[in-house]
Amino acid sequence: MNYGLIHKYTQNGYFILIDTNSGTVHAVTELVYKLLDHITPPVSKQMPSELAKLDELSGYDRELIEEAYDDIYQLFDEGMLFSTLPELEYAKVDYENMPIKSMCLHIAHDCNMRCKYCFAETGSFNRARKLMSYEVGKEAIDFLIRESKGIKHLELDFFGGEPLLNFDTVKRLVEYGRQEEKKHNKIIRFTMTTNGVLLDDDTIDFLNKEMSNIVLSCDGRKCVNDTMRPMEDGSGSYDLIMPGFKKLAAQRGDKDYYIRGTYTAKNLDFSRDVLALAAEGFDQISVEPVVLPDDSPYAIKEEHLHTLFREYERLTREMIKRNHEKSHLPEAKPFNFFHFMIDLDAGPCVYKRMKGCGSGSEYISVTPEGDIYPCHQFADKPEFKIGTLKDGITNKEVKSCFGRCPITTSEQCKNCWAKFYCGGGCAANNYSFNKDINVPYHIGCELERKRVECAIAIKLVEAFEEQ
Amino acid sequence: MKNIRTINSKKTNSEIRSSGCGECQASCQSACKTSCTVANQKCEKPNKTK
Repeated sequence: MNYGLIHKYTQNGYFILIDTNSGTVHAVTELVYKLLDHITPPVSKQMPSELAKLDELSGYDRELIEEAYDDIYQLFDEGMLFSTLPELEYAKVDYENMPIKSMCLHIAHDCNMRCKYCFAETGSFNRARKLMSYEVGKEAIDFLIRESKGIKHLELDFFGGEPLLNFDTVKRLVEYGRQEEKKHNKIIRFTMTTNGVLLDDDTIDFLNKEMSNIVLSCDGRKCVNDTMRPMEDGSGSYDLIMPGFKKLAAQRGDKDYYIRGTYTAKNLDFSRDVLALAAEGFDQISVEPVVLPDDSPYAIKEEHLHTLFREYERLTREMIKRNHEKSHLPEAKPFNFFHFMIDLDAGPCVYKRMKGCGSGSEYISVTPEGDIYPCHQFADKPEFKIGTLKDGITNKEVKSCFGRCPITTSEQCKNCWAKFYCGGGCAANNYSFNKDINVPYHIGCELERKRVECAIAIKLVEAFEEQ
Repeated sequence: MKNIRTINSKKTNSEIRSSGCGECQASCQSACKTSCTVANQKCEKPNKTK
């Protein structure tokens, strides 16, 4: 029998147990927590006598130990501890030949900022700076509709560089997409990632009407943002972008948005940036680690992990406190942190959890030249070009690499308790560090596991408060 | 159980065996763009569990 993984940890005063395959989360007593260090599957109904003699349990009566053991056995018997997976139908999903339903459209390979960590070489993606033409954008929409086959919900993200540098084309393409979605019985969800420099009232009105999600780029505290996200002339961008961002968020209604920042080795105390964004009135926040090679002064390294873990814990405590206070303290300012969002009861299906972001299978990016890449992060690497809008997907060899699922092929993933929360990591990050898209990027894994622990701790506290 | 409180329901075999409808959002399109997470994605099916 191939028994599954469990993971246990303590946070916010709780002893927390996660069963990987069943997805169940349990709050356990300290006694159960300690006992589990000495139990391996299969769990026998009868408690092994040596357990009661363990030194670390010397303070407990035998009766209490037996009671705790019985609970552990019951959990095992009900398939919520070391649980196995049934025969896997989803393993038969042809991830290599899935419909393409999601597209990152590089509407502008140019930018009006000079962010120091930019993976797109400040917008150019290592090419001549260029805006996408309406004709190429139109072809891209046609391609997406055609290749999505029977899938109804499609996504098209206007990305750059800075997409508002090509705003007229964005508007025309949205109009074209609206016309085509009706013809083909599709729903296109347009989204945009913008640095906000060119936001004005008309642009905000258009984006709030047409974009189902908007990502607003800002790194948090003014000093951090202005150091990392300067304008072309070196001046800070914070004061320029903030009024537009606030206006856009305030008028967003019930549509999604995130104010999104990047933290680096220069602001390891990034929880302060999250809280600074919350203090400015934003309630949908994402601040993520930079991914840069070790020789960069901004790179996140192994020695930073301890500090970063404490930061995620600090953020967890703050969110729990604000969630608790929100009913009676108007100034509590609760907020949502993207990487702490987790749905333990109705999240994505297992098929989705196997393949994570879907890059190169159901998700692609298209450059201003009409070239197709597995995702936006590969668009500066010619060896990853998988086709063109005119010829379709021609590089089947590279495409097929993206059809594999790290969580069933990589040893690191197979032995990771968090695999179904993460889906195998970011292929681009994996490639940058390991020259293999299916070998996980270690730092990314460490941070992801920590974020999942924090997200689950928040859910657990909520569950107890509801009780 | 006195010693254990479970806060969510386990996946049933039929849920695990489901190959999915494919209608949900690609996670990179939501906010991350540089890092991966999938557990926070919404299911498109109303009232669906897992």
